[in-house]
Order: sequence, then C-alpha cells, then structure tokens
Amino acid sequence: MATIGLTRPLPRVALRRAGRGRLSLPKQAFLQALCILILLTVLFPILWVFSLSLDPLNRSRPEGLSIIPSNATLEAYEQVIRQPTNNPISFLGLAANSLKIAVGSSVVSVAIGVSAAYAFSRLRFRFREALMLTILGVLMLPPVATLTPLFVMLNQVQVDLPVLGQFNLRNSLLGVGLAIISGLLPFAIWNLKGYLDTIPRDLEEAAWVDGATTNQTFVRIILPLAMPAIAVTGFLGFVGGWTEFYFSWMFLNKPDDQTLAMALYSMQGQFTNTPWSAFSAFAILFAIPPAVVYFFAQRWITSGLAIGAVKG
Amino acid sequence: MTAIAVQPTGWRARLMGGGRTARIAYLYLVPAFLVMGVITIYPLLFQVWMSFTDYGIQNLRAGSAPPNWVGLDNYVNVLTSQLAIPNFHFVRLILYNIWWAISNVVIHVVLGVAIAVLLHTPGLRFKRFYRALFILPVIIPPIIVATVWKNMYDPQDGAINQLLAGTIGVLFRMPPEMFRIDWLRQVEDPIPFIPLPLAYYAMLITNTWLGWPLNSVVATGALQAIPQELYESAEMDGASGWQKFRYITIAYLRPAMIPYAIYGFVITFNLFHLAYFMSAGGPFGRTELLVTQAYRLVNEQRLYGVGASFAVIMFFILLAITLVTNRIAKATRSYTEV
Repeated sequence: MATIGLTRPLPRVALRRAGRGRLSLPKQAFLQALCILILLTVLFPILWVFSLSLDPLNRSRPEGLSIIPSNATLEAYEQVIRQPTNNPISFLGLAANSLKIAVGSSVVSVAIGVSAAYAFSRLRFRFREALMLTILGVLMLPPVATLTPLFVMLNQVQVDLPVLGQFNLRNSLLGVGLAIISGLLPFAIWNLKGYLDTIPRDLEEAAWVDGATTNQTFVRIILPLAMPAIAVTGFLGFVGGWTEFYFSWMFLNKPDDQTLAMALYSMQGQFTNTPWSAFSAFAILFAIPPAVVYFFAQRWITSGLAIGAVKG
Repeated sequence: MTAIAVQPTGWRARLMGGGRTARIAYLYLVPAFLVMGVITIYPLLFQVWMSFTDYGIQNLRAGSAPPNWVGLDNYVNVLTSQLAIPNFHFVRLILYNIWWAISNVVIHVVLGVAIAVLLHTPGLRFKRFYRALFILPVIIPPIIVATVWKNMYDPQDGAINQLLAGTIGVLFRMPPEMFRIDWLRQVEDPIPFIPLPLAYYAMLITNTWLGWPLNSVVATGALQAIPQELYESAEMDGASGWQKFRYITIAYLRPAMIPYAIYGFVITFNLFHLAYFMSAGGPFGRTELLVTQAYRLVNEQRLYGVGASFAVIMFFILLAITLVTNRIAKATRSYTEV
C-alpha cells in the first residue's frame, strides 16, 4: 500500500479512507434527509403517545396531532398513579405485583439456571446430550404451550390456611411466578451455557492444578466471570415478568393481584371509558423502567446474549 | 502441590470425566431438573393425556369427576376445523401464520440491511445519533407497542388517519371524513385479488416499525467486520459500486443475517401481542395466529381438552419448522464455507 503511494498519486480509495469526512454536499444532504425521514417514522408513535398523555383529561379523545397539546397538563399522570382502572388499586399496587412476579421468577431462574449451565458447559456425565436436547426442545415452545396443563394443575392446589383463608395456587402471584419460571428456566440455562462456553478454561485449569474443588472453581472463578451473562439473563427475565400477560390474565381473578399488563389491557378494552390521555400516561410509566435500562445498557445486553456470541 | 498427590484423579481427568465428576455434575443439575420436572416436563406430559379427554370447566374443581376419554376426537376436530367455535379454519390458520412470518421477516431483513448500509456510508454525519435513536422501538415492551398502535389505527381519532388527512388530505383537498379507515376491522380486502384483510397490512406496518431496528444492529455488526482492503482491491480491479455491494457486502452479510432471519422467523411465527391486542384475530378470525388461537381456546372458550390437543399439534408444527430451518442454516453455512 505504502509503496503505491510513494510512486504515484494516491488512489481515490486511499484518499477517501484517509479523509473520513468527505462526502459531496448534495449527497450528504440527501442521505441526511433520508435518515431524518426514517427517524420521523421511528419517533412518530412515541411522540404521539407522549403528546396524548399531556392532553387535558376532560377530553376523552384527542382533536389533532400536536407534540404539546393546548392546555397541556399532567392530570392524566396524577390520575393513573392514584387509580388507573375501575379496580381499587393504585399504580404502585400494580407495579408492586408486577415487581414481585418479575423479581421472583428471574432470580429463581438465574440462580438455578447458572448451576445447571455450569454442569452442561464444564462437566462430563451420562445423558448430557439427551438432557441438553430436552432443554432445547422445551425452549422451542412458546409460553402458550404450557398454559392449559399449568392452569389445571395449579388449580388443584387448593388449601385452607388458618389466617389467609382459601388459597388457590392458580389464583395467586406465586402460581403465575411458577408458570413463568417454567418457560424462563430453560432459556436461562441455554443462554448462560452459551456464555460459559465462551469463557477460556485456562483459569479453571490453573485452579484445578492448585487443588481447588469443583465447587470452589464454580463459586470463585466461573460465577464472577459469568456476571455479565447473569445480569443480562436476569434483566431479560425481569422484563419478561414485568410485562407478562398470558398467565396473569388467565390465572388471576382478585383485584388486589392485578398487574401492570392486565391493567393496560383492561384500560384499552372497548367497554371502558378510559380517556386516551390516561391510557397514554399509563403506557409511558409502564414502559420507562425497562426502556431506560435497555437504552443505556444496550451494548452490554447484546454481548451477554448467547445469540450475540454465535453471530460473533 | 500436595493436593494433587492426594486427589485420586488429576484435574485433567476431572475435566474429561469420571465417577466423581459425574456425581458432582448431577448435584449441579438436580435443582434445575427438579423444578423443570414439576412445572415444565410433567405439565407437558399431562397435556398429552388431557388432549385425549374432554377436559372442561366441569372437571376443574378439586375432587370433581375425571374427564371422559375421547380418543383422537379432539385431534380430528381441530384438524378438520369442526370445533364449536366461530371462525375456526385450521388450514387457513396455518397458511396465514406461515405467510405472516415470512412476509415480516423478508421486510425486516431487507430494510434492516438497507438502513445499516445507509448508516455505514463513510463520511455521513450524526451516525451515532441516528443509531442510538433508531433502536427505540426495540426497547419498548411489545404489549405497549401493540396497545398503542391499536389506538393509532382507531378509525375516528387514530393518529394514522389524522396523519393521512393532514398530509394527503390537505395536498389533494380531500375532506377529513374521507379518512375514516377502519384499519383493524374492515371486512373487505384492500387488494381484491390477494385474500388478506386490511388488518394484516396494518399489523405488517406495526411489526415492520418494531422489527427492522434489531436486524439493522446485526447487519451493522457484520458490516463493520468487513475488511476495508477488500473494497480497495476491488476498486483497483475496476469493480463497479453494484459489484462491490453484491460480491463483498452481501457475501459478508449473509452468514450473519441468515441465522438471525431464522431466529426472527420463529419469533414472528409465535408473535402473540400484535394479533391478540391489535386485531384480536379479526376480521372473522382471519388474522388469528396459532398462539392466539391456542390462548383463546383455553382462556375464552375454556375447552381445556381441545386446547391441549391444539398445543400438541402446535408442538409438531414448530418441530417441523425447527428441522427445516436447521437444514437451511446448515446448507447455507456449508455454502459460505466453500
């Protein structure tokens, strides 16, 4: 390359490579216009919801398209935080239920999953392939696949508790959490195993030479190294639980047990008269926690996914 | 050092296998398989049994009579579309579901690659800004995307109709009353010779909005891995812009995009949220997917036995899809390696 440059004038490519900012003005303007057009389509729904959420409450429907509507107000936010649906439950009450489901199912899945992933990634034992295939087979199924049997089975667990009264496992946050774990755990094992497979074995071999047991190696070496994948798997599980709909909608009957996703759906149904401003404010409050984390931890999240490891 | 001498097996043996390792391995697996056994594998087997019965709401109560064995009735009824529910047509359901997944993924991949290439143009300003904002649709939970877009397609006050009235309507002096399109419920097909309802196109737009950005991220990663020298030597050999795109860019994108397209196909095939929250399967169940139909069978119709057989049939359909896509992935992998 360098010799060419010395003997005759630099070829066009080399010039372009050296001066990275060179793009003729009309071309730059055209490409910028294209990018801005794409940006507008991306932002349009988001801006629309944002503007609706500021609309005065007494209008049940918006009158036109504007980013900040006339008489913009935060009343809608105030209302949905107090009581978003006809059920006597506040936004915080709904969020607490979603949070219980999300934290419970993701912590349990990751804690159990990482130990199984370690065995699949590092240890040799009989039926290893068969067991891994079982997990992959389950992974292939959508959550709807276990809906019917779990509903029926959990519904059979009904006990009379001394203080709490009738307890039906199906009609409880615990039951929904279990149903979510049934789908989340295979994903956690698969994703964590994929990440563990990419960790070089040198450190473990050194530890083994020094006489560390399998348990010590797992706790002191593998767990710290796998932290990015553990955090990402946990986060994805959390988002799944935070927005879970199928199981909660079918399993839960008590107004106290309502989750954010259930409330959002019932606010949008045709038989409610929820103003769109309230619906939009609710949607924004609901979306913010996972969206903020995603936005700032994006690069980190894609690197902690097994699919990221596969694509290189 | 003495530790090694005491150990009956060296570290290398432990790595490769042996009685003690296997015992430890099973200890590590016990919690996961105990939990999965009770809440995943047993329910799936239980479901197979249920699928041969007329399990219904009368069998739900603890201590109620067991359901009746009906043999293959549920399967026959599902496969021949003879269920006592409205608008159920099994063959149409599957064909629509496959078409839904294919059409979406093709659009996602093409748009994703095109926009990634656009943003990869050397010298383009504000690249990082665009890349950061283009990812926004991905980070909004799908249930919110679906419910918000449903409102956007509202015939009276939806943003889409207002946008059309405000642009095309103003440009061609058409009254706003012309734009009362019932995007999600219109019964007549918009294109007469294509038997797809308007709701399909509406959801295709929503899912395109939702789907291309991640494809673009994957394509960007692959584009950045292409060695610049290839373009330079191609240029010296007198290759045209199109030739460079065809023989370098596309060739390098293919191994990254094909596995991702397959992954996208499976995700889109089972995409519950849009079909359930936006069109609710309508009009007349024509935009129903297998997953939403399965949900409706048990959640609305309370036909647990039928729902179970439907889930078993779904399992075989997904298995077939997995086998076919694996074959495609393998075939293309050997192609790129050659």
